[in-house]
Amino acid sequence: MNTTIKRNAIKITASVLAAGAIMSCQNKSSKNESIIGGDVASKVYVAPGKYDEFYLFTSGGFSGQVGIYGLPSGRLFKVIPVFSQNPENGYGYNEETKSLLQTSKGFIPWGDAHHPVLSKTDGDADGRWLFINENNTPRIARIDLKTFTTREIIEIPNSAGNHPSPYCTENTEYLVAGTRFSVPVKNKDVPIASYKETFNGAISLIKVDKETGKLSLAVQILCPPFDYDKNRAGKGVSKDWTFFTCYNSEEANTMLEINASQKDKDFILAVNWKKAEEYLAAGKATELNTPYYHNVYDEKTQTATSEIINKEMILDPKDCPGMLYLMPCPKSPHGVDVSPTGEYIAAGGKLAAMIPVYGYEKMMKAIAGKKFDGEVSGIPILKYEEVIAGEVKNPGLGPLHTEFDDKGYAYTSMFLSSEITKWKLGTWEVVDHIPTYYSIGHLCIPGGDSKHPFGKYVIALNKITKDRYLPTGPELTQSAQLIDISGDKMKLLLDFPTIGEPHYAQSIKADILMKNSQKIYRLEDNHHPYATKNEKDTKVERKGNEVHIYMTCIRSHFAPDNIEGVKVGDIVYFHVTNLEQDWDVPHGFIIKGANTAELLIMPGETCTLKWEPKEVDVVPFYCTDFCSALHQEMQGYIRVSPKGSNTPLTWKLGDLK
Amino acid sequence: MKTKLPLLAITGGMIFFACSSDKNTEQQTANVPTTEESTQGGGSASIQDSESKPTVLKIAINSPSHKTLVAAVQAADLVDVLATAGPFTVFAPTDEAFKKLPAGTVEGLLKPEKRGDLQNILQYHVAAPMYSEAMLKQYDGKTIGMANGGQVKIAVKDGKITVNGANIVAAVEGANGIVYVVDAVLLPPSK
Repeated sequence: MNTTIKRNAIKITASVLAAGAIMSCQNKSSKNESIIGGDVASKVYVAPGKYDEFYLFTSGGFSGQVGIYGLPSGRLFKVIPVFSQNPENGYGYNEETKSLLQTSKGFIPWGDAHHPVLSKTDGDADGRWLFINENNTPRIARIDLKTFTTREIIEIPNSAGNHPSPYCTENTEYLVAGTRFSVPVKNKDVPIASYKETFNGAISLIKVDKETGKLSLAVQILCPPFDYDKNRAGKGVSKDWTFFTCYNSEEANTMLEINASQKDKDFILAVNWKKAEEYLAAGKATELNTPYYHNVYDEKTQTATSEIINKEMILDPKDCPGMLYLMPCPKSPHGVDVSPTGEYIAAGGKLAAMIPVYGYEKMMKAIAGKKFDGEVSGIPILKYEEVIAGEVKNPGLGPLHTEFDDKGYAYTSMFLSSEITKWKLGTWEVVDHIPTYYSIGHLCIPGGDSKHPFGKYVIALNKITKDRYLPTGPELTQSAQLIDISGDKMKLLLDFPTIGEPHYAQSIKADILMKNSQKIYRLEDNHHPYATKNEKDTKVERKGNEVHIYMTCIRSHFAPDNIEGVKVGDIVYFHVTNLEQDWDVPHGFIIKGANTAELLIMPGETCTLKWEPKEVDVVPFYCTDFCSALHQEMQGYIRVSPKGSNTPLTWKLGDLK
Repeated sequence: MKTKLPLLAITGGMIFFACSSDKNTEQQTANVPTTEESTQGGGSASIQDSESKPTVLKIAINSPSHKTLVAAVQAADLVDVLATAGPFTVFAPTDEAFKKLPAGTVEGLLKPEKRGDLQNILQYHVAAPMYSEAMLKQYDGKTIGMANGGQVKIAVKDGKITVNGANIVAAVEGANGIVYVVDAVLLPPSK
């Protein structure tokens, strides 16, 4: 008996493939409508000089950054560097910002950014900060929305795969994080096969300071070794809770494709964070001492510093009754999203054929009535039928994430069938589908995760574009698609390419942010230790082999612009202060042969470039940002003399000394 | 006994695959287009790409022994799905396998009012991960979750894999998954 399966037994001839097998599905009515919209152009057209109605913050995914776009135009305004170095403006290269990328594993120049989350007040975006998680080396960043810059990055210890993160509670009391990969937390040198006994999934509550936004790790809860995939905090009625999807409730540690989908149902983990606060205050926590970094950029000194923290407060679910509950959820759930009132919790079981929607009231009743169906590590499992409010049947294939509009509808992304499905809260009926091009992951409705969504657009965040744009070789852009949801039927308005992977996005009304957007850094508020606020104060100081150049720039010169007395083997620091107090007049600074990125210095800001001259030369430096009519004249020289030479240290700008 | 493998004979030229409209209850087969039209922007099934490996959809379409399956996929509106990223494991019953069903079954399922049932059955043949033959062989007695939410049982005997008792008679790896040719239609347990 021949038992081997013959691979490629079906021969597909090259000529056929070359000719192309074309399959057309143009006669599907929904598709036609999505392609041929009547007056689509005018709906996305923002006239020259006019503003967009919304800001859209997209994750850059594997770029590690955040993109800022306008809606409805889809125009890209800015890329905010967060977890990756950015040679374009020196972020992560210059002396002021490189501490932001320090971790317990050393300096890391790259990160995997996933979920941008706007800070909230009373469940609505307040425009103060944008938080975003780094998946690979678990971290959370805080971006200030006055300057649109990264101001803080905190590492999350005892975690790995910081994916269900950094969703904030209703008033940004906490950012909530989990771990996609459970890991051994206490004794780390253990056999992988001891996974079930020695691994844990840590749920972290990160406190956000009300005034400054500063982050601090408040408490970690050591949960069973599942994979914690996504999270959303409750709001309104459910504001004291936060919800996680968990897959791999099988607790498998190898071949998860099969082993993590043996059970019919995995779980939603409901965490009462108020209870966690109480247990922490009541002294129920024990201490762990895994070191982690906390990097904060000080707006006064314009410099980031790192602190190594060595203490985590740990809660064990067994000691904390009433804090955690598990709700059965079909088949490897991914997304979990909470409706505007906080009543409904929709899960996306990526391998499920329906969307289970849980009721908060039902959950509370089931808890009160102890409607349990076993437990895992002391965490009660609530009975599915006691907590389920409804099931959206046959929504499409591969439901992932849900956002909500202001009319009682929910919109769920379908990865496998590459579409968005619109369904009604309460009746659970599917009312519309629209295809996406292609393979949608997250989706975003402005305010769609808040108490008051703007039900105007949904933005599809797609992983694959294939034939949607002019081809650019094997590597193609990923994309967003703007879809009108103001009517009964969804209508495709616009495709636009994005930086990196637009993993998730959040959108906010432009007027909330515009009025706070800072125009300059005021020189009088610049307390950088090497700031020079007047050309007369410019100087060069030698400390051993360190040379500190206190430099200024203004249209159209550097002061000083002639420097001598630097020697091979010196470490030279150019501390360049931009004296401009005029909006949108940055200056760039770079020197020939610098082994780092340029500085891009905003008005009133001081930035530092470190340079180690290796050979005798007279080396030019210049402004890289076209600043003025005499930008090309904005240049200077530094003389590098041999090691041990006695060239005196001098500096000048014309007759200034 | 040597397993008979389905052969595929392709005549040159363009193969055009048209979706049945909702009104059309007729079983459709591959057509030759009379006019060339731009399909750019038409959905994943119409992406023109002769350089990559064929998708699981193209594998089925290009097979002469999967006409019924392809017609059913069209009628169930699953054409675009099978051209997306997946990756998929597709258990593809042959035309012979469909003939083993009671008379009239296929015709009944192709009626528009039965589209939900048809989708349910077809989605019972598709799993989201791509399970290689080597992976399946490791999982004798285990189940894998299918796109319709159901489970199929894998059995391995003398190195031969069966799915809910159906024999896997051939395997073709595509760009977005793997097609296992099976000799029986998998029927989901009634709900």
